Amino acid sequence: MSRITGGQIDRSKTLRFSFDGQSYTGHPGDTLASALLANGVRLMGRSFKYHRPRGPFSAGSEEPNAIVQLHNGARQEPNTRATTAELFDGLAARSQNCWPSLKFDAMAINDRLSPFFAAGFYYKTFMWPAAFWEKVYEPIIRRAAGLGSLSVADDPDEYDKGFLHCDLLIIGAGPAGLAAALVAGRSGARVILADEDFRMGGRLNAETFEIGGGSGADWAAAAVAELASLPHVRLMPRSTVIGAFDHGIYSAVERVSDHLTAPMPGKPRQILWRIYAARAILAAGAVERPIAFENNDRPGIMLAGALRAYANRWGVAVGSRMAVFTNNDDGLRTAVDLRSKGLQVAIIDARLGDVVIDAAGRLGLKSLTVRRASGQIETLPVDALGVSGGWNPNLNIASNHRARPVWNDQIAAFVPAPRSIAGLVCVGAAAGQMSTHAALQSGAAAAAQVMSDLAVTPAVFDLPSAEDAPLNLTPLWYIAAGKGRAWIDQQNDVTVKDVKLAKQEGFVSVEHLKRYTTLGMATDQGKTGNVLGLAVMAELTGKTIPQTGTTMYRPPYTPVPLGVLAGRSRGKDFRPTRHTPSHTWASEQGAVFVEVGMWLRTQWLPRDGETTWRQSVDREVLQTRASVGICDVTTLGKVDIQGSDAGLLLDRVYANGFSMLAVGKVRYGLMLREDGVVMDDGTTARMAANEYVMTTTTANAVPVFRHLEYCRQVLWPDLDVQLISTTEAWAQFSVAGPNARKLLANVVDQDISNDAFPYMACGAITVFGGLRARLFRISFSGELAYEIAVPTRYGDAMIRALVDAGRAFDAVVYGTESLGVMRVEKGHVAGNELNGQSSALNMGLGKMVSRKKDAIGMVLSQRAGMTVETGYRLVGVKPVDPTHSLTAGAHFLATGAAAQAGNDAGWLTSVVHSPHLGHAIALGYLKSGDARMGERLRVVNLLAGTDVAVEIVSPHFVDPEGGRVRG
Amino acid sequence: MIINHPLLGPRDAQEFVYLGDAALIHRPNGMAPDAEPAFHDYLYLRDNPAGTHRELWYHEQGDRSWLVVTRNTVTHEITAVQLARDVARSEGRSK
Repeated sequence: MSRITGGQIDRSKTLRFSFDGQSYTGHPGDTLASALLANGVRLMGRSFKYHRPRGPFSAGSEEPNAIVQLHNGARQEPNTRATTAELFDGLAARSQNCWPSLKFDAMAINDRLSPFFAAGFYYKTFMWPAAFWEKVYEPIIRRAAGLGSLSVADDPDEYDKGFLHCDLLIIGAGPAGLAAALVAGRSGARVILADEDFRMGGRLNAETFEIGGGSGADWAAAAVAELASLPHVRLMPRSTVIGAFDHGIYSAVERVSDHLTAPMPGKPRQILWRIYAARAILAAGAVERPIAFENNDRPGIMLAGALRAYANRWGVAVGSRMAVFTNNDDGLRTAVDLRSKGLQVAIIDARLGDVVIDAAGRLGLKSLTVRRASGQIETLPVDALGVSGGWNPNLNIASNHRARPVWNDQIAAFVPAPRSIAGLVCVGAAAGQMSTHAALQSGAAAAAQVMSDLAVTPAVFDLPSAEDAPLNLTPLWYIAAGKGRAWIDQQNDVTVKDVKLAKQEGFVSVEHLKRYTTLGMATDQGKTGNVLGLAVMAELTGKTIPQTGTTMYRPPYTPVPLGVLAGRSRGKDFRPTRHTPSHTWASEQGAVFVEVGMWLRTQWLPRDGETTWRQSVDREVLQTRASVGICDVTTLGKVDIQGSDAGLLLDRVYANGFSMLAVGKVRYGLMLREDGVVMDDGTTARMAANEYVMTTTTANAVPVFRHLEYCRQVLWPDLDVQLISTTEAWAQFSVAGPNARKLLANVVDQDISNDAFPYMACGAITVFGGLRARLFRISFSGELAYEIAVPTRYGDAMIRALVDAGRAFDAVVYGTESLGVMRVEKGHVAGNELNGQSSALNMGLGKMVSRKKDAIGMVLSQRAGMTVETGYRLVGVKPVDPTHSLTAGAHFLATGAAAQAGNDAGWLTSVVHSPHLGHAIALGYLKSGDARMGERLRVVNLLAGTDVAVEIVSPHFVDPEGGRVRG
Repeated sequence: MIINHPLLGPRDAQEFVYLGDAALIHRPNGMAPDAEPAFHDYLYLRDNPAGTHRELWYHEQGDRSWLVVTRNTVTHEITAVQLARDVARSEGRSK
């Protein structure tokens, strides 16, 4: 185990890194795995279930074993593959899934107890007693399960999202991908070449093959250099294409900074790219698969292709006495390459009848037991073994749209189905074309075909000479010798025995096999084990492999950090924040804000000496009802509706009528869904014969506008009506209270006396000597009230002017809490009552639904089920003992009734403390509530443990006659 | 997915809001004597084909057009995109 000559590492530079606190050195070009192997470290992890000691099994992203934790502190990242982690100076890595240390792991007791931990043990072991599940079994299992641990600190890095467009996306930069990129790039097409590795070239970097008479790695480097010089070609190393989506959209994760100690200033750690590609070529190569035999998971046993990759690319001899166990000619290449470097390699060729039947060496391979064709058993003292059971085309992306891969007997592997994804072609080893010549040829041909499809003349590409040897594979899946365990899926500790058990218990279908044994789950998704598992099941059931099933893959191809999926949408930037026109003023006043959708609204405005929110809210409410209050109501949706059919559209979308509304008047409108449930409410003003202004609730501003467009485009396409959302065009303020008119008289240029501007009047006016404005005499609070709107850019000036004008009346500015208190005191419904389940009848507004015209929701609101007399009706509620408080969500129960669902008579929707009345009040939905005024009930909240006697009253707690609003 | 908007060209499906079956165009007459069963069927009975489906999409992050998109629900292939207003008119809807 040491460095040997050659390889693509920069020996002129030394990088220091640590693993489990121990310091080591490596070189630029190393992965964590290659550097550790070069330092003689083979043991890198523990398996998931049995905590078996494990070393790297591969040299790529298919790695099941060498799963480590990188970085310290907040950057700690579990479940990183040592085989792909690019080495950098200062890298700190730790083993995971072991305690107290990697070499001595207490949980390895599971390995001794393995007879109890076979597949399905969860389902069998933890069945009874039932009461034990939550208290005993689950906590134990949760502690033992899982890989790695999170820092639980905020991720200090930034992530980004980006969008790219191209004529051709090429996934994988091995010989096939590079040939395709050269053809397309030279033809002038916009090409993106993405590869998960930090060094492009794919297997060419790991092989000693020649291309065109020179080394394959040199050919790859020259191809990459040429591509880099082409202006329309974008090379994306360290970029994993994680999935194929509809209509030529691919997703890729670019690891911008993972090979650095920390991201460079202004750079994200990773970028999630959405790539729009007219065409795509999948040139993702192939993944080698093992042959299962007893104890084939010892550190030092790896795939044959990985063993020679470490030697050829990284200049690492994994062992001093090595062996190769193969059923095909490619495995022999490992022996040839290693021997050419002067290393000792024994060959166990299954095609000659020789097989490995056992391996010894708990923390690292020490010897193999080999059964020769003659039946003779030998012990080979080796410390590294390369195993090759063949190669599986890397067809993951091609099966993203559920195209079933097809079996190819020639290479005994699944290959992608033709046309598995529209616009995507598979080439090279990904398509089952295993030789270098075939890879170059199929890549170039596919790119030329794409060019022709896109009406681009394909450039000339002289196919360089390359090896074209057949694989000569004789399928061999597992060695049925001995009683020990032979691993199929190393990450999940699935053995041949587990597959046998699954079969024995009837879990024969591939989907059941996966769920029963966990074959193919977790971070590697069975890249090395799936086909092997299928093959074992096929043998056990006497079926062929394709009859047994296929393995298909969903995105992502490799694990993706959640941070990059979130991108910039986190914390405060999760969604945009909208500020009201009075926001700056309110901030200056020390307002407390509340999120309402994207809006930040003033919740209340504390004054000096106020220590609780109730003090502020009570003051705001009492002051408004005593004199005058001002509130920013800009967030309510506003829609200008114009055209000769504007009234007709409103008649159709509102349950009540609007076409007969007089010009200069406002009306409350109730909007239903087609199923008769209330969708939204608000006021609509007729500003002119063909011009209305609708308001919606804050929450429904967007859905209502969408609905109006739907009505005028889809349902009634010939209506002469135009819409525009003016929510953000007008800053709107409510001015409410007995002194509201007096205050506004100092602001508005026109006469707004009760005669000139009566209740429910509206009009275009001017303020402060000429600024255009809109005035609506409407009230949510139950007081004499107006809403005044000015163009938004004057909103800040307007709030200051209103406050100035209000000084003479000791005016108060109130927030959403006081707004809520006053509307409950007045018995107005709001979001809590407009809950998406309630009808106009439930809200006590049944008479508003006109049956003289066809409006959305009218017909179905009259259904028998919606109109039963015993249905919910809006009621007012007050505690019998005024010192008792109420909780929203508490349910009505008759006195003496048990707190069971069958006795439930409704619930409290909104609860406030009424400073006007001096006690708690509530609105609620009560069965037959309209007929139960004065009745005494209980409201029970089992979660809060409350049970309060209440009286049912009218929902209009303040000024039920409505005299104030008209005054 | 990419929706080829008849006015704006290919746009990412993320810009759109999905509603449902384009059969919603054919809203019954609420004043007709059999309105209630007609509305029941209109609102609650929908075909759920594995294959070609005509459906309503709204270009909310765009020009506010309602579109009728003909999409294969199995393959997601989109074979036609029309303005819903044009479709509604051609299928007899007016005021």
